[in-house]
Amino acid sequence: MNDLIQRALDAAERAGAAYADIRIVEREAESLTVKNGALEAANSDHSEGFGVRVLVDGAWGFSASALLEPEEIERVTRQAAAVARASGLAGGDPVVLDETPPQVGRYVTPHQEDPFSVSLDEKLRLLFEADAAMARVDGINVRQSSIECGRERKTFASTQGARVEQEIVEAGAGIDATAVNASESQSRSYPNSSGGQVVTGGFEAVRAMDLAGHAEQIAEEAVALLDAPQCPSGRMTLIIDASQVGLQIHESCGHPIELDRVLGYEASFAGTSFLTLDKLGALQYGSELVNIDADATAPGGLGTFGYDDEGVPAQNVPIVSAGRFVGYLTSRETAPVIGRSSMGSSRAWSWDRIPLIRMTNINLRPGDAGSLEDLVADTRDGLLISTNKSWSIDDRRLNFQFGTQIGWLIRNGKRTQMVRNPTYTGITPQFWGSCDAICGPDEYVIWGVPNCGKGEPIQTGHVGHGAAPARFRDVQVGVGRW
Amino acid sequence: MVGEIHDHDAVQALLQRVLGMVRGGQAEALYTARDRALTRFANSRIHQNVTDHDASLRLRLIDGERTGVASTNRLDDDGLQRVIGQAAAIRDHAAPNPDQAALPGRNGQPDPSLGYVAATAKADPELRAAGARSVIAAGEAADLEVSGAFSTETSTLAVANTSGVAGAHTTTQAKLVTVMMGEGGASGYAQSTRTDVGAIDASGVGEDAADKALRSADAGELEPGEYDVILEEYAVATILEYLSFDGFSALAVQEGRSFMELGERVMGDNVTIWDDGNDPRGLPSTIDYEGVSKRRVDLVTDGVATGVVHDAATARRAGTTSTGHALPSPNTWGPISWNLFMAPGSSSKDAMLANTERGIWVTRFHYVNIVHPKKAILTGMTKDGTFLIENGRIVRPLRNFRFTQSIPEAFSRIEAISSQTRLVEAEYSGITARVPALQIRGFNFTGVTGREEGG
Repeated sequence: MNDLIQRALDAAERAGAAYADIRIVEREAESLTVKNGALEAANSDHSEGFGVRVLVDGAWGFSASALLEPEEIERVTRQAAAVARASGLAGGDPVVLDETPPQVGRYVTPHQEDPFSVSLDEKLRLLFEADAAMARVDGINVRQSSIECGRERKTFASTQGARVEQEIVEAGAGIDATAVNASESQSRSYPNSSGGQVVTGGFEAVRAMDLAGHAEQIAEEAVALLDAPQCPSGRMTLIIDASQVGLQIHESCGHPIELDRVLGYEASFAGTSFLTLDKLGALQYGSELVNIDADATAPGGLGTFGYDDEGVPAQNVPIVSAGRFVGYLTSRETAPVIGRSSMGSSRAWSWDRIPLIRMTNINLRPGDAGSLEDLVADTRDGLLISTNKSWSIDDRRLNFQFGTQIGWLIRNGKRTQMVRNPTYTGITPQFWGSCDAICGPDEYVIWGVPNCGKGEPIQTGHVGHGAAPARFRDVQVGVGRW
Repeated sequence: MVGEIHDHDAVQALLQRVLGMVRGGQAEALYTARDRALTRFANSRIHQNVTDHDASLRLRLIDGERTGVASTNRLDDDGLQRVIGQAAAIRDHAAPNPDQAALPGRNGQPDPSLGYVAATAKADPELRAAGARSVIAAGEAADLEVSGAFSTETSTLAVANTSGVAGAHTTTQAKLVTVMMGEGGASGYAQSTRTDVGAIDASGVGEDAADKALRSADAGELEPGEYDVILEEYAVATILEYLSFDGFSALAVQEGRSFMELGERVMGDNVTIWDDGNDPRGLPSTIDYEGVSKRRVDLVTDGVATGVVHDAATARRAGTTSTGHALPSPNTWGPISWNLFMAPGSSSKDAMLANTERGIWVTRFHYVNIVHPKKAILTGMTKDGTFLIENGRIVRPLRNFRFTQSIPEAFSRIEAISSQTRLVEAEYSGITARVPALQIRGFNFTGVTGREEGG
């Protein structure tokens, strides 16, 4: 390994690179899905390779290959340098990196039970137990249970002397029950939709979910939703459960604080950001209850690591303080634009992708509104909604619309009528400005988002969002014609 | 395999060797390889320039009703032995699935020349930089900020199984896309996607985007509501992409979550939509991930739902044969319609404009998602050129709208369809669609993009 790394860095310098780094990455993943009482898919995936990034004459080049052999490493490094020279043909200002000192270190995700050491039989037992529990409810058409495990070993080294080794361990699981009639298809999920909950950590996280213990309830709710009334339309007080608050943070805070978006690097694909440089320190992003941090050190968060993919140590930095916008996600290239050093959020999906600014764990600090039921009791009239079903937001991250799987009307502080197909829409700063209560630490969960798409070629980011249920006033719900 | 990752003889030799190493039961070896290069530019410079080169093998082993799958990109003997061992271990411990479809047998051979152009495979970073420079020049001439990406890619998909399937197809793709922005919220977009990089007119792409951006500056307000619309081809392609996710799959129909009711009228009688991976007017992909040759599937014919795409598993349940639309099997997503076409009409965008008393011109949609699958209600934002039409003329640019609309309902009110079509590749999924522009009576806009002041 040391020889391969040195070959790449030496070859880069011979090719005229002022800076170069190499990442050697090995990824393993295992996924199991039980559907309608049968094992639908059981996959074991393995991928390894390396990527070399070089700066030649102030322009970037990157090349990657799966073949970890000395000659290939030198060929790919030369190719990266040639690509960098081609980059320079378009002109423009040279890239300048920040002054982050080169790091030497090692990080392993803290975990108790290695997910790859748990037998297939044991994992299948958990899934079939949950499937059987959903099957006990009449009227369910599709039952699905899944477990996902991942491990990434990577080594990063640069011509500046950085050398970092990491082993990231992930585990996740979830269940879904779907009921169908002639006009409706209604699903309920636990602990979350889109595959469930995923964390950095060991298999103990999957055991703690108690999938089977929640299976009957979600199945009963899916069936009940078929005959529930349509969510009403109008402006009302909205209480959003923790998992949907997590996705609200993701779309309306996590993406617009990516400094590469702000600087226009993603304009032709994912879009830009309303949080332009003049807003830093000046914009009232939300109410004074809203405090949001980017914390790559949070235990168990899916965006938790030891170092980012530029070798910058994981950090916890404020993004929104008492409602005021105060920080961006940055990289070594972009941080100097705002006069700062990188806060360590440059991450690559795999060996064949270049690091981009990605979310870490973008967390809304819990408040003092107690439990979810306390918050409902404190609300005269409104709507409580849970578990994401659809999401959409404009290219500057202002106009959003979300749908959730289920809702309940609140009348005189009590959860009453179940409603189906709830949706809500708003404009980001006005919406966060209407937040007047956030539940306390006992309701706080860091939700994993394992499918965050960004960049070209597209990269799938693993990020997290700490959230507790929260209340928002005067929100438009029930969008569209039903 | 480096240097040979797209050589069909070498690939088939590898797959047959793997199948020969498997002991007992049925086996399927799925091989994917790519050489991809992409040049991204923003703020009038190239800020990202990447190439990557990979080949991987996915092995599916079946013994009776038990299946195991493993994949690797280590294609040396150690890697192959390891992936066989992992797939076998999973298979041997897997719970039986009586619903598991058998592996497909030998079927038609695709045309190996379809969808491959050597010039694209040989494209170098200098060619992509030249394309970027042309686009940047067009934008700078109009005093616009330019961003975009120019990519070239060679991909090989090969499948062999113990039932006699031995297919391979190599394709090329070149794509140039740009967004240009300027004062007053100006924003314009253009895309060109081809199998032949030489067919991409970089200057033309730049000029199209610049023209749209200049016309979209200083957009004004308009109350959301129901308006007649002219949807340009980019917008129509995005709608078809989401109809594919939502309802063109046999699994969606079998699970009762599709808007497609086969044999029933689901759209207006002027709507015909089909999938055809062998049509060179699209971006051909002639075999699926089970090695089955793709067949044309008529999805909606004269407004009636006439078909859905199948893989081996959905076909078995439906008592039919696969149409060649499988993703890597087994999976929970089902088959997918990947090469979409919508029949042209006899109109033109100019004629549609002249026939619109009051309406909205939509260049494209952004971040669309499915709100209600059975009704095919989608939501999303307009982007990069939204204009108010009055008395047959575009009178001013508008701030972007959010729409929330049932598409079968909207496609039952299509007034005019252009005779010209455009090939568009979807931003995220890679689904391609060759589609016309549409004039639709009554399209539901439910919101307008906001300003950034805090609340």
